[in-house]
Amino acid sequence: MAGNKKPGAPEPTRRDFLYIATGAMGAVGAAGAAWPLVNQMAPDASTRALASIEVDVSAIEPGQAITVKWRGKPVFIRNRTEQEIAEANAVSEAELKDPVARNDNLAAADPATDVNRSAGEGKENWIVMIGSCTHLGCVPVGLAGDFGGWFCPCHGSHYDTAGRIRKGPAPENLLIPPFEFVSDETIKIG
Amino acid sequence: MSGGHSEYVPGNGVSKWLDERLPLPRMVYDSFIAYPVPRNLNSWYTFGAILMVMLIVMILTGVTLAMNYAASTQLAFDSVEHIERNVNYGWLLRSIHANGASMFFIAVYIHMFRGMYYGSYKAPREVLWILGVLIFLLMMATAFMGYVLPWGQMSFWGATVITGFFSAIPLIGPGIQEWLLGGFAVDNATLNRFFSLHYLLPFMILGVVILHVWALHVTGQTNPTGVEVKNMKKETVPFTPFATIKDALAVALFFIFFSWFVFYLPDFLGHPDNYIKADPLKTPAHIVPEWYFLPFYAILRAITFNIGIPFTDIVLIDSKLGGVIAMFGSIAILVLLPWLDTSKVRSGSYRPLFKQFFWVFAFVCVMLGWLGAKPAEGSGLSGLLFSGDFAGNYVAYAQIFTAYYFAHFLIILPWLGKFEKPSKVPPSIADAVLGEKSGRSAAAQPAE
Repeated sequence: MAGNKKPGAPEPTRRDFLYIATGAMGAVGAAGAAWPLVNQMAPDASTRALASIEVDVSAIEPGQAITVKWRGKPVFIRNRTEQEIAEANAVSEAELKDPVARNDNLAAADPATDVNRSAGEGKENWIVMIGSCTHLGCVPVGLAGDFGGWFCPCHGSHYDTAGRIRKGPAPENLLIPPFEFVSDETIKIG
Repeated sequence: MSGGHSEYVPGNGVSKWLDERLPLPRMVYDSFIAYPVPRNLNSWYTFGAILMVMLIVMILTGVTLAMNYAASTQLAFDSVEHIERNVNYGWLLRSIHANGASMFFIAVYIHMFRGMYYGSYKAPREVLWILGVLIFLLMMATAFMGYVLPWGQMSFWGATVITGFFSAIPLIGPGIQEWLLGGFAVDNATLNRFFSLHYLLPFMILGVVILHVWALHVTGQTNPTGVEVKNMKKETVPFTPFATIKDALAVALFFIFFSWFVFYLPDFLGHPDNYIKADPLKTPAHIVPEWYFLPFYAILRAITFNIGIPFTDIVLIDSKLGGVIAMFGSIAILVLLPWLDTSKVRSGSYRPLFKQFFWVFAFVCVMLGWLGAKPAEGSGLSGLLFSGDFAGNYVAYAQIFTAYYFAHFLIILPWLGKFEKPSKVPPSIADAVLGEKSGRSAAAQPAE
């Protein structure tokens, strides 16, 4: 500090210190007072309370699917047929536009194999995905498109029976939310 | 021009008393009665007044609509139908407000293109221009949030797509999006805050409009010749009655056009899907914003490619973020316009090359608007160049026009100012306007 001082400049006084200290306290106080105004816009307690849901899947037969609402977005839960699983397994990694599983329950870099997209070993028939197209957030239609999986009517993205993007503008596979089977009949999402 | 002296003379004791305490009548007199305007303003200069009237129309109809509207996902859609069917003159108020938004944008686009043609943004009016860009941004935010309020399918999915832009920001994006929405998706919290802000922003626009008019009255108005006023007596006329009456005529004509939509085509500019109640589980087949956002929507969707380091797999800006940057950049670049246009000559009337590029630019903006309404289909520029994919390759056309849009500002305008040979600029407004009668300076025609 002393090096920067102009010759002949007056020494800082106690009053200068008090001005700066008061100003700084005022700034901190103003920021503190503004915080509730800003933070009230974040998701409220009732929204956060619905951050996870439990779904009874016992009535879904193979070949059937339901859509549930989780965090305001549709989630597809599908009990896939043997044929659908076989079709998805027959696809090589090279054919995939997005080679990553996009499964929140697995490591980020895991490959998009059919088992990694499903509910896991022994539960390959179950697939649980967020029903928002990864392009611009439209809701894809089931059992449609060139690959027999899902088709987004907005901009023509085709997903296969494992919800992997195969054709069209969407950059990523349909996202898989964090979920687990809490019993054989109930899935907890979130 | 208006700075400094005032011609206001209080008429009686009361106004003299007030003038010494709060000289409000003096300010109004100096700004809207005695204020000198160039005598050669053409009709394109009436859109400022039209916009002022439109802002008041929107605030009045908006405040009355808010008395009958319910901002709740359960009630909003039905309350709009209630306004249409049950509220006295509700059909009229809503039709004026909904179509008024479109009229507002028609007027603002004409106003902006007028400013671009006559170089109104050039020194010393840069602040005036930047305040205008700020008003335009506020208008866009207000219009977007207003469109969400009827809670139809387009409202909901438009809001989903637009707030989705923020998720493109690296790292903090998803957090910002959640904070803006007040949840994990567009929902009741979103609708409520949009209503609150939709009510607030017009008054902020009004505040910036006051600054805009203030800045205008400090520098004085431009005119089609782009030459500053040199002889106040010969070259200007008082705002009242001259500009007041001309503006009133323009407003009346504009209202005829406006009324045609209000009474005969109330839903022409809207989208039929917005008469379907918002459904978070079902997307309309084709999401389109309101027409006045279409050019920007086209720019957003034109960026279909990742930007990275060549010959590596490293992606610096993915296509989603790139689109968002391009879209906001297309508006932000307007702020720099006063410095990007390097020409010493203000008015396009005396710039033969600029004039042509101006119309090409206007055409490009219209084409971007047309492409914004088209589905984002096609193989893009690479498909156009390497596979001859011409038919229906909307992405490629959007990419070409987007590139031109930015080139206009970043390459053409800076270059034109250095290489263009302007035609002869009249030495004064009097020469340009009054000279014709005496046969002098016939080459310097007044514009339009």
